[in-house]
Amino acid sequence: MAKRDESSELLRELVAHLRQNRTQLREEWVGSISETRLLTAMTKEEIFAEATSVYDSYVEALETETFEALQAYARNLSERIIPRGVETHEVVGIVLLLRDVLARSLFAKYQTDFKKLNRILDAYEPAANRIANTVAVGFVQERERVIRQQQEAIRELSTPVLQVRERLLILPIIGVIDPQRARQLTEQLLRGIRTNRAKVVVIDITGVAAMDVTVANHLVQTVEASRLLGATVIVTGLSPEIAQTLVTIGVDLGKMNTVGDLQGGIEQAERLLGYKVMALAEPN
Amino acid sequence: MEVPILKQGPVLIATFQAALSDADLNQLRSALVQQVVRFRSRGVIVDVTAMDVMDSFASRTLREIAHIIRLRGAETVIVGIQPEVAFAMVQLGLTLEGVATALDLEEGLAYLNQKFKTMK
Repeated sequence: MAKRDESSELLRELVAHLRQNRTQLREEWVGSISETRLLTAMTKEEIFAEATSVYDSYVEALETETFEALQAYARNLSERIIPRGVETHEVVGIVLLLRDVLARSLFAKYQTDFKKLNRILDAYEPAANRIANTVAVGFVQERERVIRQQQEAIRELSTPVLQVRERLLILPIIGVIDPQRARQLTEQLLRGIRTNRAKVVVIDITGVAAMDVTVANHLVQTVEASRLLGATVIVTGLSPEIAQTLVTIGVDLGKMNTVGDLQGGIEQAERLLGYKVMALAEPN
Repeated sequence: MEVPILKQGPVLIATFQAALSDADLNQLRSALVQQVVRFRSRGVIVDVTAMDVMDSFASRTLREIAHIIRLRGAETVIVGIQPEVAFAMVQLGLTLEGVATALDLEEGLAYLNQKFKTMK
């Protein structure tokens, strides 16, 4: 207990020192940030403004020994600087720089009293390391959140369900299909059938190079589920490998309507819907 | 709860109100079969829009209804299967093989009218 009290006492003294020399230490820190060419994506004024708030949050975290406020600030800061291309090493770099600048100033202040310097550093170092940790983790978490959000967005974009004619939908699939994407695809298709009142759906998989057994089964299930909603599915653009997979898993080909390419698929769909497309004039 | 059966011209329409017990399903089956004969109906629509679960008994009963009614000389269409229900059914292997399906009541009637035309 006594040791803890002493440590708090020392931290208080430390905080007072940091408050007193705020202007000078902050200048020093900003100086070393531009020297080491960190945060090049930001202007000098921005760096200075951010440095001021980081410095104050830093001192506050040292004083209160609670990290929630700092954590919230780190998250907020990350939200602002991630879109501008600031990297993890830069954020960790500036926090470590601040730690070093402050440690230097402690050396300068207590250089005559070596024992006291030792004790002060004992109190300062764990707190400073924890602060660095908090900021770095906050930044990385925010980045991961952004990445997850983008993945979600990409997935949404990658499965468009398009209506080409009254009651005819096409679903062009491009790229690798993993089970999760397959599930999402099915969901969107079934919902699309309902909202567009589709009778025929053309699923084009020209852009899919290969498909494992699970996903192939899923495709077959999607075809059957669509039928339960009253829609006929035509699958087009099967690559030789996928055709092989479908045969290997023993798909009942009576249930699957397949046509060589997208054009053929749309033509068959038009026949099913009773459309007749004809040229009104020779193309010029 | 008994399923109401409505007569609309040559078509009988049975609308499921909510999840039904096995006894209700059995009752529906015999009622439909009898009424098809009595009214000399040519088509039956079973509307399952309100069902958010379809177990194997319900799906088997629907299939049986469709097959029995075909033997009676009429056509059956199941309409209004929800997207989630459809996919769950397929995953359980309940694909209602040999049974006509349509999106909703309107589509079901259109399908039957088309059938009647070709049957004439």
